[in-house]
Amino acid sequence: MKSKALMLLAFGAVAMFVAGPAWAGDKKMMKPVNYKVVDGYKIPQSLTGKPGDAERGRKLAINRKKGNCLACHILPIPEQPFHGKIGPNLNQVAERYSEGEIRLRVVDPKVLNPDTIMPSFYKYDGFHRILKKFEGKSILSAQEVEDIVAYMLTLK
Amino acid sequence: MQRFATKLTASFAAAAIVTIAMGADADVGDKYGAYKVEDRRSGFTYATKETQRIQVDDFENPAMIWVDDGEALWNKAEGEASKSCASCHNDAAESMKGVATVFPKYDPKLGRMKNVEKQINICRTERMKAKPWKLESNEMLAMTVYVRHQSRGMPMNVKVDGEVAPFFEAGKKFYYQRRGQLDLACGHCHVDNPGGQMRANILSQGQSNGFPTYRLKWQRVGSIHRRFRGCNKQVRAIPYKAGSEEYTNLELYVAWRGRGLPVETPAVRN
Repeated sequence: MKSKALMLLAFGAVAMFVAGPAWAGDKKMMKPVNYKVVDGYKIPQSLTGKPGDAERGRKLAINRKKGNCLACHILPIPEQPFHGKIGPNLNQVAERYSEGEIRLRVVDPKVLNPDTIMPSFYKYDGFHRILKKFEGKSILSAQEVEDIVAYMLTLK
Repeated sequence: MQRFATKLTASFAAAAIVTIAMGADADVGDKYGAYKVEDRRSGFTYATKETQRIQVDDFENPAMIWVDDGEALWNKAEGEASKSCASCHNDAAESMKGVATVFPKYDPKLGRMKNVEKQINICRTERMKAKPWKLESNEMLAMTVYVRHQSRGMPMNVKVDGEVAPFFEAGKKFYYQRRGQLDLACGHCHVDNPGGQMRANILSQGQSNGFPTYRLKWQRVGSIHRRFRGCNKQVRAIPYKAGSEEYTNLELYVAWRGRGLPVETPAVRN
């Protein structure tokens, strides 16, 4: 709680942000990154200010320790044999949602549905009994979120 | 050759039983036979036909070795009192029948719930004056499997009211508490999405009626608490210890979720 308050002070403009600051998943550079949920349904601005790499995003979507999107979603990744069917098919996700809507769904889908099974991939605290090695970390780093968003935007 | 022929016949018989139980051509309502009670479905109904066949054929079911080991231990005198389980309980087929359906049970002396494993160690230390078995040891698994096996086919029926109520509520709270970095509660998979495909796996209702169960992934029998630990670690949460009060309360809640389902110990799952 205290560290959160300090971080908020350091970054200022507290009231502007709907969501608090989050840590980059990067091990050494524990850099907090702010993001802003606009109108309750989108995060239009990149978390890093840098464009994502769609090819890296595709790899992260496959990687079981990272995005692991395939655990629950069908994606146009034919070389991977098993695609989950818990969540919606993402084959044409970019036709249904804007960049900001996709980003919010990766960062913190609980803003849209508090009961969802989908993890928040850019949430860094507030977990119950999190394993020590993941403490203070988000599942994906800010740049990895951007890579996945970039990949999703190619799905039309 | 003789044994092989017997085994083969048994396999066919078992396959036939499965076909009937699964009712491949029967009415949809009866599709799962005894493995479904109202909206509650045993993990058996989510398993592949191949896995089901291994479970129902006692010659094929690799966990039957644990049943045999358990029987041998049942009759083995141990400890300063030189007693075996049989010294007090005689024939397990009689005395242990129905036990698996009502555990975990409230223990007034402990002031909390006890599962079958805990009861076994209470007997060992208090009656036999023997050393308690380590949880997940071959001996403890064999005895738990053997005891629970005596209720095979009987409906799960744990008590959840009266003095048990607060423990039941604690188990339920655990079940719906999000945990770990993946921020998932048991219910997100096993209440909201049973039957759903998660990568190559089919999610089940997470029923406990077949435990201790032989998991093909483990290549051995394991307890329900071991399974809880695996689930908790998978969502990147700190697991509790096997035998802990938290998991025993959860075991109670999960047993209640499966009320009416037949005891299948030892089940086979992937």
